[in-house]
Amino acid sequence: MIRKLFDIIANNAVPAVFIIISAFAIPLSGYSGTYLVQELITRIGRNSFLILSLLIPIMAGMGLNFGMVLGAMAGQIGLLLIYDWGVVGIPGMVLACLIGTPIAVLLGMFCGAVLNRAKGREMVTSYILGFFINGVYQMVVLYLMGWVIPITNPTLLLSRGYGVRNAVSLLGIRGVLDNLLPTVIAGTEGAKQFLSVQGNGAFFVMHLPFLGGAIRIPLATLIVIGLFCVFIVWFRKTKLGQDMRAIGQSQSVADSAGIAVNRTRIIAIVISTVLACYGQIIYLQNMGTLNTYNSHDQTGMFSIAALLIGGASVSHASIANVFVGVVLFHLMFIVAPVAGKNLVGDAQIGEYFRVFVSYGIIALALVLHAWRRNREREASRRSLRGNKGGE
Amino acid sequence: MDSPLLQLDHVGKEFYGNRVLKDISFSIGPGEIIGLVGENGAGKSTLLNILFGMPVISSTGGYEGNILLDGKHVQFSSPNQALAAGIGMVHQEFSLIPGFTATENILLNRENLNGSIMNYIFSERVSTLDREAMHSRASAALHTLGVGISPDMVVSEMPVGYKQFIEIAREIDRKNTRLLFLDEPTAVLAESEAEILLTALKRLARSGIAIVFISHRLSEVKTLCSRVLVLRDGRLITDVPAESLTTREIASLMVGRESERREAPQEIPDEPVETENADETLTLKKGGKKKKPKPALKVEHLWVDMPGETVRDVSFEVKKGEIFGIGGLAGHGKLGIPNGIMGLYPAGGKVRLFGKTLTLNKPRAALGRKMAFVSEDRRGVGLLLDEPIDWNITFTAMQTQGRFLFGIPYIFQLRNEYAMSKEAQKFIDSLAIKCTGPHQKAGELSGGNQQKVCLAKAFTLRPNILLICEPTRGIDIGAKSLVLNTLKNYNRENGTTIIITSSELEELRSVCDRVAIVDEGRIAGILPASSPAEDFGMLMMGQTHSEEGEQSA
Repeated sequence: MIRKLFDIIANNAVPAVFIIISAFAIPLSGYSGTYLVQELITRIGRNSFLILSLLIPIMAGMGLNFGMVLGAMAGQIGLLLIYDWGVVGIPGMVLACLIGTPIAVLLGMFCGAVLNRAKGREMVTSYILGFFINGVYQMVVLYLMGWVIPITNPTLLLSRGYGVRNAVSLLGIRGVLDNLLPTVIAGTEGAKQFLSVQGNGAFFVMHLPFLGGAIRIPLATLIVIGLFCVFIVWFRKTKLGQDMRAIGQSQSVADSAGIAVNRTRIIAIVISTVLACYGQIIYLQNMGTLNTYNSHDQTGMFSIAALLIGGASVSHASIANVFVGVVLFHLMFIVAPVAGKNLVGDAQIGEYFRVFVSYGIIALALVLHAWRRNREREASRRSLRGNKGGE
Repeated sequence: MDSPLLQLDHVGKEFYGNRVLKDISFSIGPGEIIGLVGENGAGKSTLLNILFGMPVISSTGGYEGNILLDGKHVQFSSPNQALAAGIGMVHQEFSLIPGFTATENILLNRENLNGSIMNYIFSERVSTLDREAMHSRASAALHTLGVGISPDMVVSEMPVGYKQFIEIAREIDRKNTRLLFLDEPTAVLAESEAEILLTALKRLARSGIAIVFISHRLSEVKTLCSRVLVLRDGRLITDVPAESLTTREIASLMVGRESERREAPQEIPDEPVETENADETLTLKKGGKKKKPKPALKVEHLWVDMPGETVRDVSFEVKKGEIFGIGGLAGHGKLGIPNGIMGLYPAGGKVRLFGKTLTLNKPRAALGRKMAFVSEDRRGVGLLLDEPIDWNITFTAMQTQGRFLFGIPYIFQLRNEYAMSKEAQKFIDSLAIKCTGPHQKAGELSGGNQQKVCLAKAFTLRPNILLICEPTRGIDIGAKSLVLNTLKNYNRENGTTIIITSSELEELRSVCDRVAIVDEGRIAGILPASSPAEDFGMLMMGQTHSEEGEQSA
């Protein structure tokens, strides 16, 4: 009984801590509810897809896929090429996805093959693999682009004639998905104000009389994310999903039942990498600028931190964990700097806090995972001994 | 019995010139249940490996003889082929996925699928599962067994007994399963659960499935099987109806060393140690008069969580100056006892050393009480392979007793290389360790010489009690007798209490005063070493004293 209670607390400790921190920080920040909701919805649209791409490897027992940055890099290469070719808008995004997909598939297969040789150490291996592929990516972007890979647009290149600039403005596709179905939720006053500022009748306005301001909804992005969720729910019901769940719990049993363990694990990583590629494209169309050499750097770290904050563990994660995680993690991102400034007069504290927290949470989750696994192992040994001998 | 389902014709197998199976011929008809019994190393697992086409067989040169299924010659090169031909196997360890329900486990990788157009684009792995059909199939399989397990129950929440049924249900669900091999299916079951299983197996046989039941519990073999096959040293000794033999006869057929038994006492030239131990005359004479010397080691309700060698509830006493043997089949926990006492694996219960309680789970505490341990894992636990012999021999004494050091304790100490070499040289001479000198690395020695180094390491501790696991495992015959004689001599000269754990019963009977037999994590009985071999055999086969009484009565 006590153990059960303890388990419940241990399983939900991380989200609970974040809810408590936010409960203190929100009033301190002095932000209005409308502003917070607007920010959160923007960030849900921006980040959820990336985080969702982590779910399938967890299901297959491969832990948190730090290798998702591989997909992010594939997406960025797609974005760089469409910028050069001058393809804009939704066709540009689609083309970027089409270019990114085969690269992501190849990288995913490579990553999966490596991870199959490092069973039980997938997380650290994929993390280091991320650094390795980052080197390859930099070589491609810094030396090969404009030299081997033809780049015609001089604004993309460094002044020496080859290699891509550090900051690339993605004006051509900025917000195209977010604004594909322009939607706004607003109170009567807010709607008037909003439309007078935007001066544009194309918005679909949903009236919520009690709302103070206006909240823009990236409806198309949310629909894409919704479709992704449906995909995951469906995927869990397929034979492939069932096989992955089996492998996730016991590779040896799955193997003796004739499931192709290694192949299935590679498929899981490939799916995750490809989805991370799309996720990064969606993320960057919202941001509007691409930091060629940094954008992907923290994608993996922040996505994983958000998922863990949402209550997921290394071996179990659900769609709900993703959204709870995005909301809690980013709520803290938004309010912590201002709350920190209001509290101690220094906005840096909030920034410090968010980096500290994301690494700290990952460390905590890994320790909790190891601890829980040891306990489970002990319990299973005890059950083998039977009740008669123990005390 | 009509035409046999499976027929083996002079099947044999050699591993690198080492013959493990010879001339095995038998047949099974549909719906027949036969019992296959044999000691460790009798060749049971090799026989199963051959029947299931395990890669280990073909990679070591295949096997001799013929296997006929339905009168047709078969030769499986992978387990999947055997499964496809209708041979099912339930292993000793559960191969179930803990987080899955009974249904999901029974139909693992054989799920019912809803077809979809996607199948044409990808593979059929993208079809969704047909949960309803799966549910009814699983219920049907469980119903055939006659057990009331809900198909929706998650395996990790099931009692152990249920898991065995799930495994069998999985084999039944295979449409073509006609022959089922069960390897020690009752080993983890309580008596009542085992009974339900046996009833279920009989039901199954009535439906036409032939069953090969491998068990060390002879009473179960007798109640369940129509015929009993006894394997010993790779040969099929008997193939007779089960009713024609008593469990005692089966046990003696399995152990079957009648001739060797007479030789065994001659190997021990001396009487039991108590009476003639010079060093300990005083204590022993006092105790000897009452015929009850103070126990050197008293173990009460010991349990040990050693993976693969679980000890459930063990109590015994070892007299001072005695050589006490612990025997039993592999995996029944005999190795767990010394490992647990020494604190190498999580343990509980009460251990008293010369009347004083020993702290468990702390190897340091055990060593501090002058207990020495020679591990069965010589290369892993026993030795520092990359260090020289003298380091190995003196290491534990240095760490726990502060010997072979000079300087100021706790502040500044150095190894006394000279004393270390001298000690090592002493043992190299007395134990005839073949090496280039005390500075040769332990990893370069042969198995027998490594074992001697392990013994020397234990002797250097000047122990009151010496616990030795598998002293002769993996060493040649010459070294074997030397190691055993060394132990005997050490016991006689120093009066040290020695506890030997070994899988080789004959070895225990030749060295020990008394031998305890461990069965399923419990002591089945303790007998004087001079007892007949089949008595030990009976204990190993799960016949405790009380049961034995019933049988012989």
